Amino acid sequence: MDVVAKPKFGKNFGSYVLLTILALIVLAPFFIGLWTSFLPTMQIAKGNFLSTDLSFQNYIDAFTQTPILHYLGNSLVISTVTMFAQLLFCSMSAYAFVFLDFKYKRALFVLVLATMMLPFEAEIIPNFSTVKAMGLLNSYSALVVPFLTSAFGIFMLRQSFKQMPVELKEAADIEGLGHLQFYWKIVMPYNRIPLITLGAYSFLGAWNQYLWPMLTTFSNAYRPVQNGLRQLQSEETFNDWGMIQATAAIVVIPTLVVLFVGQHYFKSGANEGAVK
Amino acid sequence: MSITLNDVRKDYDSQTAVLKNVSAKIETGEFFVIVGPSGCGKSTLLRMIAGLTPITAGEIKIDDTVVNDLPPKARKLTMVFQNYALFPFLSVWDNVAFGLKARKLATDDINARVKEALKMVNLTKLAKRKPRELSGGQRQRVALARAVASDAKICLMDEPLSNLDAQLRIKMRQEIYALQRKLGLTLIYVTHDQVEAMTMADHIMVLNDRHVQQIGTPSDIYQNPRNAFVAKFFGTPQINILPAKRSEENSHIVNVSSDLQIVLDEEAPSANLQIGIRPDDMQVKRADGVESNAVVKNTEFLGDETIVYATLNSGSDIHVVLPGKADFRSYEPIRVTANANLMFFDPDGKRIDLSKEAYVHA
Amino acid sequence: MLKSPASNPTAGVHSADTQAKIEASEKTFSLNAKDKYYAWLFLGPSLLILGVFIFYPMFRTLYLSLFLTNTVGKPTVFVGLQNYVNLLTSADYLNSLLVTMVYVLGVTAATIVLGLLLANLASKQLAGIGIFRTLFSATMGVSVSVAAIFWLFIFNPSTGFLALMSTWLHLPVIPWLTNSTWAMIAVIITTVWMNLGFTFLILFGAIQSVPRTLYEAASIEGASSRFQFFHITIPSISPTLFFVSIVTLIEGFKSFGLIDLMTKGGPTNATNMLVYRIYKDAFYSGNFSQASAESLILTVIIALFTLLQFKVLEKRVNY
Repeated sequence: MDVVAKPKFGKNFGSYVLLTILALIVLAPFFIGLWTSFLPTMQIAKGNFLSTDLSFQNYIDAFTQTPILHYLGNSLVISTVTMFAQLLFCSMSAYAFVFLDFKYKRALFVLVLATMMLPFEAEIIPNFSTVKAMGLLNSYSALVVPFLTSAFGIFMLRQSFKQMPVELKEAADIEGLGHLQFYWKIVMPYNRIPLITLGAYSFLGAWNQYLWPMLTTFSNAYRPVQNGLRQLQSEETFNDWGMIQATAAIVVIPTLVVLFVGQHYFKSGANEGAVK
Repeated sequence: MSITLNDVRKDYDSQTAVLKNVSAKIETGEFFVIVGPSGCGKSTLLRMIAGLTPITAGEIKIDDTVVNDLPPKARKLTMVFQNYALFPFLSVWDNVAFGLKARKLATDDINARVKEALKMVNLTKLAKRKPRELSGGQRQRVALARAVASDAKICLMDEPLSNLDAQLRIKMRQEIYALQRKLGLTLIYVTHDQVEAMTMADHIMVLNDRHVQQIGTPSDIYQNPRNAFVAKFFGTPQINILPAKRSEENSHIVNVSSDLQIVLDEEAPSANLQIGIRPDDMQVKRADGVESNAVVKNTEFLGDETIVYATLNSGSDIHVVLPGKADFRSYEPIRVTANANLMFFDPDGKRIDLSKEAYVHA
Repeated sequence: MLKSPASNPTAGVHSADTQAKIEASEKTFSLNAKDKYYAWLFLGPSLLILGVFIFYPMFRTLYLSLFLTNTVGKPTVFVGLQNYVNLLTSADYLNSLLVTMVYVLGVTAATIVLGLLLANLASKQLAGIGIFRTLFSATMGVSVSVAAIFWLFIFNPSTGFLALMSTWLHLPVIPWLTNSTWAMIAVIITTVWMNLGFTFLILFGAIQSVPRTLYEAASIEGASSRFQFFHITIPSISPTLFFVSIVTLIEGFKSFGLIDLMTKGGPTNATNMLVYRIYKDAFYSGNFSQASAESLILTVIIALFTLLQFKVLEKRVNY
């Protein structure tokens, strides 16, 4: 095909220049943050941005003097539990809405959809009281229990479940599979891709929670990483930029790695799906 | 195992019937084909036999047991679907083993059956593949293997070949037929393709317009269609159905306009009739303006035969199959005659049995 | 069937038969007679959670907003709509509404324009384009506090990156974060940067799914790539464009983390947006009733945009 309309090199060159400039702008905050994380705070304070006095000291300090690893651990626990809970409960609900026949099905579905209109941010006052009354303040549970399910997840999985060929259900009926078996042995494996997508979404959602954990956790034992960074930033001498940048880098590098590796994964997954 | 349908009926939305008065007896080991145009309810009927769809009234029996209220599993049958219903996340082997595992057979037994079934459909080498790594024909074979591996003696197939290309369809048709005979399955096969029905069936049920039109052997249905619909449904190219009138002078004579005249042994039973003539029961020859009763529209040469499309002077379109090559040009005047192998239908399309001694003039 | 078995012992065989038949017919009529029990099992957990943490709080918030509350959030005096009247007549609250609007619109417009630019460039068939695609989506991996830390340093007026650059280039140092207007711009820039990765990926996916033949046909007709962008790409991806816009809008209205980390609503309320206000009024000032009224106003705004989003989803889902 390229024989017909071989793009001129000049035109391509322009595109590459533009792409590179844009990439540099998008990535600049990463570079600046990463660079300063290797600089001694002294040099940063003096404005010696191009100092060659680079070292891992900030990282050593961050690991030894701050609970950053503990924060990361907390976030990992909270996000993982939230993810698996949402995968389970959202898929179960979606299954009910697609494969079960019961009274008020439509009404209940509309009700679930309606909850997507209600922002959690606007409900923190009663929810704070609820969690407090349950005695869950300052615990992992406070951060997980309200997010065990998600209307968005239910909606998304329902859409995928609905696209399964009816014949799969019929074939299962002929073999005498009950609902539990059909759900677990057919529906779940069949919908691997949407489940992975929802899993990624709910993990990231939990990982990026900020307001709710800030309200409900007050000790480093349970504080997730977002609020941990805030804590460090306000506790530490506000100007210890080197170490603060190091903590930010410690937090962001794993997610970037996961993202890049995961993207490759997703791409091949998508290709497989396309070939069918 | 035999299957009996007694006056089976299916309504949707309480009132509208999709199927009415369906009765049939399907014998053990029989290849039974349900055929009809799309939307005639043939898939619904199959699903009612399977137990996937409840019936509204009537009775379905397997052997001597009424199974109306039994869930699909208890009816001991297998089903092959149009889109094969393979589980994309399972290997060929596991797809075939799936139903056996669901029925909790012993592992050794499962392995033996799957192995045997895959061997029978020539898929042994592909056992580890996923369905998406197979061609259409191979997927079809996996679906067949699933049915073969089961010990159920009744197999239902819902348009199993309609997703395959023409070549493969012929090949799979033979394979399915051979399997059915070899295993002695009672096979109920749904299709919209009259060729499949004609080539494979022991008995055919023709469904249309919510009713059973006819049940019979392929040759019976082809030669003795009970109505114009059945006559038109079987045979390619389609039978010619021409409007005809009883002659006012002689009630033994029926005229297709002034183009064809038929002399009967007995009186024509009504003033208006329809006449069915198979395309290969007609002859065509060149004729001058006076003798001619039709004009050629176009011809299609198919190698061993030629189809001539023509318009009778009265305006009815007909097609005639001639052996070998026939040279007619468009707009050429011709004379069409028919041999005595005719069918008569009343204006509603119902078959009228008239004496076969009919004699055809042109 | 009304007779008791004892009164009619001879009918034993027959009635057992009938009984079996009735039970069987209940089993099939249809296959899903037991579905309602499964429905409870499958739906129960989700409904419970949604009820307790989404539905109940909305009504509770509505209730609280009609009262005065004491410092621990207990309602004391019924005041009807007074809290709403107070809010909508308060210059302070109207300011919050205004700055939120400015922020949300700024963020959405900039995110969409930049996301489109990146997505369109990344859709070109060039060698090595995959690297750029990956780089452009990189900010998806950035959480709110990391973004805040990166940009706080960049905006820092004395030792920050932009301040240093300005000094080197002998330009006046911009008072990011200390001037009302610049603080808003700084917060918008940071938010847009955070949004960019996700928006890019979605729009890129949409552009990829536009049939190539449309572009080929247009090329044969001699349409410029600019013309193709505005007359093929944009119309083809308009549902996605609309969808992403609304998602960005809604997320904008819910912004809290960046505000808390970067400006604390300042300077002088210049970035005191709706959620940050709710948090302050409730958990700092203890004015729970007013914060509840604010919450409800926020809910209404977001519900309206979500409804709009459903309209789009509905079209997309059902073709």
